[in-house]
Amino acid sequence: MLKLLWLIPVLPLAGFLVLALCGGRLSRRQVAWVGCGSVGTAAVTTALVSVDFFQGFPDRAFYQQTLWNWIDTSGMTVGVSWYLDALSLLMVAVITGIGFLIHLYSVEYLSGDDGYSRFFAYMNLFVAAMLTLVLADNLLLLYLGWEGVGLCSYLLIGFWYREPEYGTAAQKAFIVTRIGDTAFAIGLFILFTQLHSLSIQQVQTLAAEAWPIGSTRAVIVAALLLIGAVGKSAQLPLQVWLPDAMAGPTPVSALIHAATMVTAGVYLIARMHQLVALAPLVQETVAVIGLLTLLLAACSALVQRDIKRVLAYSTMSQIGYMFLALGVGAWSAALFHFLTHSCFKALLFLAAGSVIHSLHHEQDIFRMGGLRRQLPVTFWTFLIGAAAMSGVPLITAGFYSKDWILWSVWSSPLSHHWIWFGALLGTLLTGLYSFRLVIRVFFGEAHTLASGEPGFAMRVPLVVLALFALTIGFLEVPHTLGHLSLFSPYLSHVLPTLEIRAGIDESSETLEQIAVTCSALLGIGLAAVLFLPRFNFIERCADMPAGHALATWWQNGWGFDRLYDRLIVRPWLHLTRDSGEILDHGSKLLVIGAESCHAWLSHTQTGHVRWYAATVAVGTLVLLGLFAL
Amino acid sequence: MLTTHALMLAILLFGLGLVGLLSRRNILYMLLSLEIMLNAASLAFIAGGARWGQVDGEVMFLFILTLAAAEVSVALGIVLQLSYRFHTLDADAFSEMKG
Repeated sequence: MLKLLWLIPVLPLAGFLVLALCGGRLSRRQVAWVGCGSVGTAAVTTALVSVDFFQGFPDRAFYQQTLWNWIDTSGMTVGVSWYLDALSLLMVAVITGIGFLIHLYSVEYLSGDDGYSRFFAYMNLFVAAMLTLVLADNLLLLYLGWEGVGLCSYLLIGFWYREPEYGTAAQKAFIVTRIGDTAFAIGLFILFTQLHSLSIQQVQTLAAEAWPIGSTRAVIVAALLLIGAVGKSAQLPLQVWLPDAMAGPTPVSALIHAATMVTAGVYLIARMHQLVALAPLVQETVAVIGLLTLLLAACSALVQRDIKRVLAYSTMSQIGYMFLALGVGAWSAALFHFLTHSCFKALLFLAAGSVIHSLHHEQDIFRMGGLRRQLPVTFWTFLIGAAAMSGVPLITAGFYSKDWILWSVWSSPLSHHWIWFGALLGTLLTGLYSFRLVIRVFFGEAHTLASGEPGFAMRVPLVVLALFALTIGFLEVPHTLGHLSLFSPYLSHVLPTLEIRAGIDESSETLEQIAVTCSALLGIGLAAVLFLPRFNFIERCADMPAGHALATWWQNGWGFDRLYDRLIVRPWLHLTRDSGEILDHGSKLLVIGAESCHAWLSHTQTGHVRWYAATVAVGTLVLLGLFAL
Repeated sequence: MLTTHALMLAILLFGLGLVGLLSRRNILYMLLSLEIMLNAASLAFIAGGARWGQVDGEVMFLFILTLAAAEVSVALGIVLQLSYRFHTLDADAFSEMKG
């Protein structure tokens, strides 16, 4: 069954081709079948492949399949070849599994939309590109997938292209991630010129042999890859595109801007972990970037009005946790948080989509409220998602992954205690903004009338994802709570396990866990106190000038948009518009030169035959003279 | 000795032809001058052929003769057209192509 691996990316691609070429001729039902079916069969194939993979698992840690040679010139051979190991299988399972649920959800969510087949075509293309990214055996094929998901992200953010601002948001996402992609490409060029290979496994072995730890080249390459990852994963300082990317339909936000594409950066760093480990400076930067992003984004999430923007900032914040874990060397913990996050964040987005759907595209949480009784299924699933995100202890998946990350941050030799305190503050803020959302949307007075619960196709993904958000954490239970460890041995064949720093007592884990738990619960409690209408505390805060200014500042994402606008966009536009004339002088000079030469030379064309004969004679004489000399 | 004399004559004829071409305004006389120049060149070839005892010179002469015949037939046709159109044979009057 392992031989079926090639089918996994090909099936969604085939779905895309069918929908793109003859989507207009199919009925809506057929479009839904093709769109969902291609991803669904890919998920089934993944299940078959993984059964076979696990049968020989610890002995055979990876499976490689080469389809054909893509580029074959002297000195460079790039194959279309897939590489399946524990890490890529995890990614593939999440992409196809959650991807299928979100496709199913979209069947109903977009049922009234004109671009029905276009939507599923883009979504299938996205899944195919994302699978190429994670299954690629070499960096060039990975880059192809990387650009493919960027393209699909652009197409889907601007899906409702009749709204000019959505188009702007799509362009912003494309351009900002392009900065990271360019750095990534330069990193690939350096890797190839230095090591003459692009195979992911080979290049890292070669790098480890050729470059000592901390050497300049390793640092440069790792830093360039990090910039690429930062752009894709919406981390500081390239995070500005993600909140605007919420212009796309909600299933898009769930699949691309929460569960899969934005975690491509995490995957890249985990995939290139040997190279990153050669550059401790870069790894430290990863941790600091993660910490800063998680705190800044959490503060911004606290004051947003748009339900999807809250979730967008929360995504940035949670990916910040993953970066933090990668930075301190807790690779498996980062991937575990990726797994739980993609479940609960997809759930939150889909539940939010259900709210938006039933309120006729109302997204402002201040105009919602009291939906608890009107939308019970949505309420309970959203509550589970929010609880998982804020890490409610024992029963939710988010608790286990976040606890693992925080314990790693506490005990890693690469970390400092102040980083841990920052991350702890982050858990408090997570609880605060998650339950602010729950309280604003589902509690209090009802401002609007919902049009009723969504149908079957939307409810199934919600319930399934809610079950995952509750149970998937049990794959890795810390030993203080019973020690069930399935996830870390599974990934330990690919990623190194974290060693505990000398001087850290293992028994301090319980204390650390209690601190994390208390912090998360404190956040939730604070949310109840601050945002439940009967206390009315936060309104008074917001009425104060200082509070108001702070809220506006945070609401605009710490003013990064303004900063980049003033610092880069406007000077650039200024340069192209006003000083265009100065730059044009160069080409104008050429025109003037050509014109004067023409005027001068046209005097020689007198039209008199005798003049021509004379010039021919003189020319011949001159040539003869030159030869004679 | 003979070659030198023949070449001197060829240069003289060529120079005469060139001066005639440049100084005459009547287009028929210009054609005559051209013929003189062509014949000067042929003479140089004949002299060369005689000097080295090879037939190439005479072959070239035959070529030039043919060329001259063809040239004159085309040129006279053009001259006829020009005289129809401009009612003159003054070459300086035909300066329509001035740049």
